[in-house]
Amino acid sequence: MAYKLNINGKTREVDVDGDMPLLWVLRDELNLTGTKFGCGIAQCGACTIHLDGEATRACITPVSSVEGAKITTIEGISASQIGAKVQAAWLDVDVMQCGYCQAGQIMAATALLSQTPKPTDAQIDEAMEGNICRCATYARIRQAIKQAAGMATADTREV
Amino acid sequence: MDDKFQPSRRLFLTAGAAAGGGLMLGWGAQALTIAPNVPLSHYVIVNRAGGVTLVSKNPEIGQGIKTMLPMLIAEELDVAWDQVKIVQADSDPKYGPQFAGGSMATPMHWIPMRQTGAAARLMLVTAAANRWGVKPDDCMVKAGVIHNGDRKISYGEVADDAAKLPAPDPATLKLKDPKNFTIIGKSKKGYDSPKIVKGEPIFGIDITVPGMAHAVFVRPPAFGAKVVSADLNAAKAMKGVKDAFILKAADYGNDWLHGVKDGVAIIASNWWYANRAREVLNIQWDTASGAGHTTETYAAKANELFKAAPAKVTSSQGDVDAALAKAHKQVSADYGAPFLPHVNLEPQNCTVHVRADGVEIWAPTQNPGSGRDLVAKALGVAPEKITIHMIRCGGGFGRRLENDYMVEAAVIAKKAGVPVKLTWTREDDIQNDYYRPGAHVRLEGGLDAAGRLTAFRQHAVTYTRDGKVAQGADVDARGILAVTTAHNRMAESYIETPVTTGYLRAPSSNLLAFVSEAFVDELAHAAGKDAVAFRLDQIEARLAEHPHTEAGNPWIYNPERMRDVLKIVAERSGWGKTQLPKGTAFGVASYFCHQGYFAEVAQVKVADGFFHVQKVWVVGDIGSVVINPSHAVNQVEGSVIDGIGEMYGEITFADAAVQQSNFHDFPLIRMSQAPQIDTHFHITGFSPTGVGEPALPPVVPAVANAIFAVTGKRLRNLPIRPGDLA
Repeated sequence: MAYKLNINGKTREVDVDGDMPLLWVLRDELNLTGTKFGCGIAQCGACTIHLDGEATRACITPVSSVEGAKITTIEGISASQIGAKVQAAWLDVDVMQCGYCQAGQIMAATALLSQTPKPTDAQIDEAMEGNICRCATYARIRQAIKQAAGMATADTREV
Repeated sequence: MDDKFQPSRRLFLTAGAAAGGGLMLGWGAQALTIAPNVPLSHYVIVNRAGGVTLVSKNPEIGQGIKTMLPMLIAEELDVAWDQVKIVQADSDPKYGPQFAGGSMATPMHWIPMRQTGAAARLMLVTAAANRWGVKPDDCMVKAGVIHNGDRKISYGEVADDAAKLPAPDPATLKLKDPKNFTIIGKSKKGYDSPKIVKGEPIFGIDITVPGMAHAVFVRPPAFGAKVVSADLNAAKAMKGVKDAFILKAADYGNDWLHGVKDGVAIIASNWWYANRAREVLNIQWDTASGAGHTTETYAAKANELFKAAPAKVTSSQGDVDAALAKAHKQVSADYGAPFLPHVNLEPQNCTVHVRADGVEIWAPTQNPGSGRDLVAKALGVAPEKITIHMIRCGGGFGRRLENDYMVEAAVIAKKAGVPVKLTWTREDDIQNDYYRPGAHVRLEGGLDAAGRLTAFRQHAVTYTRDGKVAQGADVDARGILAVTTAHNRMAESYIETPVTTGYLRAPSSNLLAFVSEAFVDELAHAAGKDAVAFRLDQIEARLAEHPHTEAGNPWIYNPERMRDVLKIVAERSGWGKTQLPKGTAFGVASYFCHQGYFAEVAQVKVADGFFHVQKVWVVGDIGSVVINPSHAVNQVEGSVIDGIGEMYGEITFADAAVQQSNFHDFPLIRMSQAPQIDTHFHITGFSPTGVGEPALPPVVPAVANAIFAVTGKRLRNLPIRPGDLA
């Protein structure tokens, strides 16, 4: 079946089964491979995209459910002022090890800062809990989020 | 390489082809050398405009090697870092060994890569000096520009002349005094990071080639199982599916450990269509050979084996039986740790195009050479007809030392007749790994009246596969227990398993450190001594009796280096001085592996039946210089968090079938569980080593020891689950 999708501000048409998760529409139909496959069951966050600004796991989101929604992927996140700041902070803090999860992390962090411009450590934990970094760059992710928010970057959790 | 880039000439240099094949772990630090008078360089390219391209020869798995190896060359070449363009090498024998493993890249390349840069510099300077009629020694170089008095000329302008000169003998090259380093020791950001934050296609799983189809491969539900039948027509009738076929391991000449397993391949236009069609295959498997290979059965067998004499003594010193018998106090304990998977976040994948004249492979792999051999054998193609592009890996952790997914993709692509990208599901990955083998370990120590450990005996029950000690299953104790006792014996017994095992980040050490250093804590407790003081006493007593005379051998445990990092971590953490609230305590551990010495203190809070690691202090001695501090600290932090995460989960078996399948039943550590980490490198005079692994092992016992300090309960078996500490 044909679907008209609004992805990163452009209209894209695909002809696929309605059950197909958005992840595989992006990756294998539209060659937008920045959104990553990690688990397929919304446990790791590697496939995080924005659906009308909300962080959403593309691996369990059927394409039939997103017609008419505004879809943003990592390839389009720099168009958002907050997204661009998050990307810059990620580079400045040198967050990456393997980098595979980081598109999802950046999407989750951008959604967080869009709703909560100055998050506490607890709010960061809550917003980022669904995103696994297997290399465990968590300390730098926390630091980069705070830097993008223009906050002091020290970890304020109980010690 | 992009089209705009036109090298004038490649400057010289070579990697002496070290003995190929096999795995990296046994290779010494001299495996890579450069030889004189070899005409072509594959590492340094200077173009006429002065642009400098440096080739990074090893696979990038997130350890930062693509940035680090060129730093070594650039330092001695005397170019500015922002002038440097880096390209990833393909897998090619001309580079010598190319692998990511054993934290070996630093020891192997510390000198040769610098010699590469120094040789290129000397040739360029010689070319300029010849043009000016002066001596090379009268010239200096700054940021790729050669100066002599008021004259100056760029590298690019003399590149053509330099390329005609013979390569210098590496032995004659003068390397820089470290105090003059301007790149080594200064943090450099990940070279690929700007692409990563934009979602550019740089991982193996992102590869697309013209005419490519997507594939899944359905493997047996239990190790050793064989496919009997499958409803291929039902799969072929599904939307998007182009083909489906059965593969039989016996047809491909590889053994079941490293090669193609029995299974069913499905080819489709979109990966999701291929994966969906699995549901209708109705595969009949013969799983009989796996019967009895069950986690509980293994545990019962281990208890039986403890009662008998060990199958093999792996090392022995003095008379441990007599020393234990006359000890003032005997302490014994049985420890256990589970099988663990690697779960790199990018699922295994590989893209292959089999053509009439050869095979082209795009693979995220840590060890391309063994993949080439497997593919050559399975397809009956000469190895030199196989091109392997090493694509950035979304994590390695030792999983991608194995190339099972590469040979699967090659066989499937050949049969499909089109280029194929094979992508595994997470379930495929968790159930078909080369697991860190579990072990059951009995430890016995004897203390003298002064509370010093004088005798130590270990009996480890580990695994064989096809009658040989399974990959990664060596459990020979090292460290304080072995090094500081005059009487000790390490022995093993074995359980045969069909499960495929392998090398997980800091292999064997990731299990042994827990077992050994938690037992050291038990000994300290039995001796009535502070856990840091007990370790220092052991080391000092040993040094008093046997001064360390092997400091020149980086593979031999150097008690002096361990003593120093222990002392420093005690100071930095406030060990013995900090008043902690009730329910919170410190634990300490130290470990030596991969030529690195690490001592770590964990501050752990126990509440609601579980543990939370609040902070970890890490002190590491990885030698005279930390080449890229930003990446090194990142590796240490990742290792520490990874190690804590390894305490949460396990892989279990029922009749050789893995009982876990995805992140809901094999939990990975998450943001809120990651502690604060204080990392300090203690700089010493020793040659630098790699830091992808050695910071991991000691955190596990440090946390376990802190849990004991809070609860008074010794947890000798991993994993620890929510509620276990209630």
